[in-house]
Amino acid sequence: MTSTIASLAGVEVDYARGRALGPVDLALAPGEIVALVGPSGCGKSTALRLLAGLEAPTRGQATRAAGRGETSVVFQAPTLAPWLSARDNVALPLELAGAATAEARAAADEALRKVGLGGALTVRPAQLSGGMAMRASLARALVTRPRLLLLDEPFAALDEITRRALADDVLALAAELTPAVVFVTHNVEEAVYMARRVVVMTPGPGRIAGEIAIDGPVVRPPGFRVTEAFRAAAETVSALLARATERAA
Amino acid sequence: MKRVLAPLILVAVLLGGWEIACRILAVPSYLLPTPSAIWSAFLASWPLLLGSAWATLSTALLALVIASLVACALALAVSLNNLLEDAVRPIAVTLQVTPLVAIAPLVTIWAGIDHPERAVIGLAAVVAFFPIFSGALTGLKAVDPDLARLFDLYGASPLQRLIRLRLPSAVPALLEGHKVAAGLAVIGAVVAEFVAGSGGAQGLAWRILEAYNRLQTAKVFAALLTLAVLGVILHTAMEWLERRLLDSWRGR
Repeated sequence: MTSTIASLAGVEVDYARGRALGPVDLALAPGEIVALVGPSGCGKSTALRLLAGLEAPTRGQATRAAGRGETSVVFQAPTLAPWLSARDNVALPLELAGAATAEARAAADEALRKVGLGGALTVRPAQLSGGMAMRASLARALVTRPRLLLLDEPFAALDEITRRALADDVLALAAELTPAVVFVTHNVEEAVYMARRVVVMTPGPGRIAGEIAIDGPVVRPPGFRVTEAFRAAAETVSALLARATERAA
Repeated sequence: MKRVLAPLILVAVLLGGWEIACRILAVPSYLLPTPSAIWSAFLASWPLLLGSAWATLSTALLALVIASLVACALALAVSLNNLLEDAVRPIAVTLQVTPLVAIAPLVTIWAGIDHPERAVIGLAAVVAFFPIFSGALTGLKAVDPDLARLFDLYGASPLQRLIRLRLPSAVPALLEGHKVAAGLAVIGAVVAEFVAGSGGAQGLAWRILEAYNRLQTAKVFAALLTLAVLGVILHTAMEWLERRLLDSWRGR
């Protein structure tokens, strides 16, 4: 690989209750969209936190070419500060990095417009629906124009229609801003839809069971979910996941 | 409407029963005065009772302010240093489980025999201290862990973390602590007046002691009634204030 934006090399993580992850090797090229799929408790989220630099591996190495300000994370919950408006929540990363308030707010307004929340700039998180709060969270992650965007089951708490709409929005924004994206999910179809490369993990302690490349443009064309290619890829990922789970059992 | 009416009807029935029972059984008024006698006692001395209620209330509120300042400052200092928390917490708990009446004589001595009102304020502040300290400390630690991770990711400085994450996160627990403390401050003020009990402090407890010493039981009840109403008003006001502030915190 010529250049990597982030990588895990022989990484293992031990918690008090035992091995949680690894050994895992994973390298991300700039602008690449990777989905990490696996059953609950396989260490997907741990892998994500290692890539973000929020956690250190027990053994092995986690490296990032993207600097601190160039990495963004979206969690399963929107994780917005309830005392701040949508605008101030999104402006927060810029302000913490030392940007002037006016400048940070202008950038926040633009990011919120991009995710379709241009009409809810001054609204507090308590008044946002689940989908809207998730969009605000996404805007906060994108406002810093990250080179590495890490999404930890971001749609898990949303209904099917909202999650599909959000999936398309994330892909459109990824195509525009071209960060490398790691998308953690336990939903096979979502992984195949989102990613150009699906990495399947075994049950805990998670290892990489295999990888499947998914073709097609980043922004999926309408009807992509019913194409033969999509169905076939989803079948392959499901089979790989089933085999990995079986072997572990 | 029914929910408002139900307790009113129950109170009316109980008061009616009490009045009738007292009259039929000819209970001596020093033992148990009739509600009508209590009401007359109240009407006869309401300006005095209201003045005393104000004395008790202002004492409690002043104690609340003092307790709030000390408790918040201490909680903040303690929350910044784990070792300091380990050192302070057992002392705070010890202070909290020690009965107020037991430390009242000491505080009265320290405040000076000539200043019973200072002793009363001090004692009420001691009771109000713990819920505020505990609430503030809980609140300062009740930070959404994922939000804290984001602050790590954004490279926030310790000061930014305190001002922009921990202090605002502490608001709900802080409000709850103050609400509990306000009720305790009134109880503390009354108990402290009983113990410090001298003519210098003219609160409701003093009215009760005074009437009790003269066996004017109806007046005791009238003062109790005033105290109960004061408690209900304060509780309702604090509840309203908490709700309003909480709503503006989360923007409803």
